[in-house]
Amino acid sequence: MANKNRPDGTGETGRGNQHDAEIRDDDLERRRRELEASLATRLPNRLEGKDAKPVTGYGQALKLSSEFIAGIVVGVGLGWFLDRVAGTSPWGLIIGVMLGFGAAILNVLRSAGVVAEFGQGGKPREPKE
Amino acid sequence: MAADKVDPIHQFHIIKLIPIKIGSYDVSFTNSALFMVATVIVAAAFLYLTTSSRSLVPGRLQSVSEMAYEFVGNMLRDAAGTQGMRFFPLVFSLFMFVLVANLLGLIPYFFTITSHIIVTFGLAILVIGTVIVYGFMKHGLGFLKLFVPHGVPIYLMPLVVAIEVISFVSRPVSLSVRLFANMLAGHITLKVFSGFVVSLSALGAVGIAGSVLPLAMAVALTALELLVAFLQAYVFAVLTCMYLNDALHPSH
Repeated sequence: MANKNRPDGTGETGRGNQHDAEIRDDDLERRRRELEASLATRLPNRLEGKDAKPVTGYGQALKLSSEFIAGIVVGVGLGWFLDRVAGTSPWGLIIGVMLGFGAAILNVLRSAGVVAEFGQGGKPREPKE
Repeated sequence: MAADKVDPIHQFHIIKLIPIKIGSYDVSFTNSALFMVATVIVAAAFLYLTTSSRSLVPGRLQSVSEMAYEFVGNMLRDAAGTQGMRFFPLVFSLFMFVLVANLLGLIPYFFTITSHIIVTFGLAILVIGTVIVYGFMKHGLGFLKLFVPHGVPIYLMPLVVAIEVISFVSRPVSLSVRLFANMLAGHITLKVFSGFVVSLSALGAVGIAGSVLPLAMAVALTALELLVAFLQAYVFAVLTCMYLNDALHPSH
């Protein structure tokens, strides 16, 4: 580090000459690391904030409704499929609707961040550092 | 002239460009397929051409490519840890494909492939298929612990597991519905407001004066759609990262 940034021997000070001087690789590397470190203190908050609350109410509405619809569609689909295969009509459909409704509510609550994520005990999703 | 009403759905019609039939399957080359090819070519050409100079201090376009790379890289590292970086090619390809497809769709007369649910569902199935295959490969049957929350009484277990399984299966559905619904709704709104401009200006001078309002709205909506195009690609990639995280660490 020291030998790469040695003075040029002209005895001049100030910005003028420094500006022309070739920018050393390790100097650049150091500056890049510093920049990344200072950026890293802000970046997770920004990303997490975007993830937790979408920018528009419209986006939030589409997000939650798609979760809800998906849960019910899959529940009904599975129930209907079981009925077709096992010939238990209409019980598969009835139970499928109910379970699907439960899964849909779970999806919505999860996506709103008030219920634990998959496989994470009783605590809601924690912000990633 | 008055007969051709503005049809906001018309833009989503699939047109067979080159009819191909293999056996009883219709595998025609459609306008959707054409724009998928165009999306891949545009994304690949952009990344290739902008990074081919590989200068240390990037130019404007090179820095766009690098930003995209670091954006997805950081997203994946935040959500799934450094182990998740092995999925970087998948996530980056998905992100670029969805982003470029959404952006291409904004150009007038271009077809928006992500406004068809079968396309987005195909992408979502790819993601969830990766999660399931990799999860079982890495953890074996331990992957099934994903469906068993801690601390649930044993007599509630069948019900809870059933609901968790349905919730898991509904993920690709909601992933695809979200992208599809956003693009479809946005493009229909845009078309309807643009249609008002046409039908109002047919009413003479007063109509032309009045058509300024929907025109302004269409301009504003185009800006909003640009944001939505990026945001939905981002959301798709973030959710992909979160699902891959489940495959890597089924029980934290």
